[in-house]
Amino acid sequence: MAARLLSPAATPVPKSLITSADNSRVLLVAAADPSQLLPAREQMAFTLGFHIILVPFGVAFTFITMIANYRAIRHHDADALLLAQRWSKVAAVLFAVGAVSGTVLSFEMGLLWPGLMKRFGAAYGIPFAVEGIFFFLEAIFVAIYIYGWNRLSPWVHFWSGLPVVIAGVGGTLSVVAANSWMNSPSGITVRHGRVVDVDVWRVFFNKAFWYEAIHMLLAAYVVAGFAVAGVYAVGMLRGRRDRYHRIGLLVPLVVGAIAIPLQIFMGDVIARAVFHDEPAKFAAIEGLRNTGTHVPEELGGVMVDGRLRFSIPIPDGASLLSGFSPSTRVAGLNAIPAKVRPPDHLVTIVHLSFDIMVGTGFLLLGLALWFALAWRQHRLTPASTWFLRATAISGVVAVVSLECGWVVTEVGRQPWTVVGRLLTRDAVQTSGNLWPFFAGAVVIYAGVTVGAGFALRALRRRWAAGQDVSTPYGPDDEHAPVGAP
Amino acid sequence: MNTAVALVLLLGVVLYGVFGGADFGTGLWDLTAGGAQRGQRPRELIDHAIGPVWEANHTWLIFCLVVLWSGFPTAFAAIMTTQYIPLGMAAFGIVLRGSGFAFRKVSIRTAEQRVNGAAFAASSILTPFCFGAVAGGIASERVPSAGHGDPVTSWLNPTSVLGGVLAVFTCGYLAAVFLAAEARRRDDRVLEVWARRRAVGAALTCGALAVAGLFVLDHDAHRLYVHLLHDGWPCLTLSAVAGVAALVATLRGSPALVRPLGVLAVAAVLAGWGVSQYPYLLGTHLAIDVAAAPPATMSALAVIAVIALVLVGPSLVVLFLLTARGRLEGD
Repeated sequence: MAARLLSPAATPVPKSLITSADNSRVLLVAAADPSQLLPAREQMAFTLGFHIILVPFGVAFTFITMIANYRAIRHHDADALLLAQRWSKVAAVLFAVGAVSGTVLSFEMGLLWPGLMKRFGAAYGIPFAVEGIFFFLEAIFVAIYIYGWNRLSPWVHFWSGLPVVIAGVGGTLSVVAANSWMNSPSGITVRHGRVVDVDVWRVFFNKAFWYEAIHMLLAAYVVAGFAVAGVYAVGMLRGRRDRYHRIGLLVPLVVGAIAIPLQIFMGDVIARAVFHDEPAKFAAIEGLRNTGTHVPEELGGVMVDGRLRFSIPIPDGASLLSGFSPSTRVAGLNAIPAKVRPPDHLVTIVHLSFDIMVGTGFLLLGLALWFALAWRQHRLTPASTWFLRATAISGVVAVVSLECGWVVTEVGRQPWTVVGRLLTRDAVQTSGNLWPFFAGAVVIYAGVTVGAGFALRALRRRWAAGQDVSTPYGPDDEHAPVGAP
Repeated sequence: MNTAVALVLLLGVVLYGVFGGADFGTGLWDLTAGGAQRGQRPRELIDHAIGPVWEANHTWLIFCLVVLWSGFPTAFAAIMTTQYIPLGMAAFGIVLRGSGFAFRKVSIRTAEQRVNGAAFAASSILTPFCFGAVAGGIASERVPSAGHGDPVTSWLNPTSVLGGVLAVFTCGYLAAVFLAAEARRRDDRVLEVWARRRAVGAALTCGALAVAGLFVLDHDAHRLYVHLLHDGWPCLTLSAVAGVAALVATLRGSPALVRPLGVLAVAAVLAGWGVSQYPYLLGTHLAIDVAAAPPATMSALAVIAVIALVLVGPSLVVLFLLTARGRLEGD
């Protein structure tokens, strides 16, 4: 029923018919967006966008720390040991904020999207239950690793980091399984609008699972690698070119530089998977109005009246990339039934986000190649100022790429929450008023961001002053030694 | 199978109540520890006691949420569309608490420590109050099966206020008991006495609240009252006996017994809530079997719960043992 009405063939329903129960669905589809939709989507975007910046540090930072830790034990490297210990303290701060902002997201599943949980919680919830196990293990072992430096034997302590790395991988796979299920819902039997049977394996290992999961996992390593390297690049630009800073730059940079080419390769594979499995999203990514062959790859531009303007076309590009042939047929936005076709501004957002994600990805790839060349030539850290400058901002570039990637997958799914099965407007909270809740989130998250900034600055100052012990609570440290900024 | 998953959920609630509760409660004592000078040592004790374990303690909440929304999606949606105000406040409280705690640990200046500490401590009281109030609303039949119940009276009513206040002091009690044990491990007599005094005070408050609460329930949530006395009495009795025994042990100086007895007293109350609501999930109107997800989901959740038990259980034991033996000292 719903499917027929959602199709373009559905004719407008005469007013006299609207009273019948069968047409309640029509009313729902035809009605204007509920007033809560905008604040709910803004809040979800804001809180998820905040949380996702911290995810790479929970997932990948421990791995980077363990490399330095290994070096410290194996080669009695005091610099590497100091780095690893300090990194784990930074990780403690970031992991805390990541954990609590992740908890907020689980509340928001119900507070913002009760329609989603009520109808599909039986299926969609399961990957989260799996994630719960991984998160538990991560929280336990991250504590052992962070607090165990002094009183555990070095190797026991080192190995306590491994469960954190594994749990980071498992947790990422689980959460992304839930997300990819929204893009490619499988494994459920629905009768009379209710999920009556669930095939747990097909829910978890849905069609979009592998590529989305690997994409996010690599993204975590890219972001963490470049962001940490960037901190030491800044230090070196300020003249601190000692061995400590060189190792602090090299270890994470190697991780990021290995992850980024893999990511670009995966991105190419994923784009073709989206082309086959999620044609509507692909059309939005390309900003393509009409189905056709010899479709150019359009760079930049905005959608105006259903057509992409001000873009730079690469002839046959989209057709070539999606099917290796200029004659590959690519579905356009017009192939989407009008009622569920994303409006222009959303298509623009998806299209530009995709371009920025790919563009920033290639910038990072360029940096990785530069690094590899310098490494070959000098066998040492490339110390050129321009290279350090590029590395210094690479973390921010990687975060931009990460955010844009999430925008592509989330906005690119609209107007659906669960593709083909649940519209976002039917998933949203209808009770209360979400604007104050959103305002509260903005204020509190701003406060947390400022607090995190102060906390990390305090750590840096303490270390710059050569103090690695914690400061006691209480007065008279107003004049605590403050090192070079 | 549905009942088994409901039991898993209850187990999660009890464990969150005990471990998360002990964790939250430290905020009450942190807030009331006095100025920067006087409160310095209690705050350090609190910091060292929960530093390594607080994230794990709060993962029980995630555990409860995922079991609820996967296993009983309609109940989850009903709660979320009714009690969104206290739940939203609890979510924010969790953010402020965790961030404040982590930031205070590394900040250098007293002013920054104070702001972060206040965020940590105040939200440690707000959040358990909200959860207690939500529980009170659910138990007193104020969350309709279809959701969209009254957003205010579903958590601002006599039973909810009782639940909220009781939650705050129960958390405070557990925290004081655990802090006394931690102080003893450090051979710090002064702090041990400090914590024990608070344990006694909180225990007496909780006892008084519980007795007064029976009158409140009789008037405000009569069905719950009847079920509690009819089905839940063994749990309530166990709780009362354990609570009194823990108090005696605290006063007579048998420290080894205090922690298990105190935990038992709190766990028994939470279990009593579950027992007296059975076979209903919300009040006495939404039955477990009606709210349950399809059998395949329930089986999957049962399997996941077993895996969690096998993997997480021993890991938690290791974490607690290492903490209790002082092997996880930050600096």
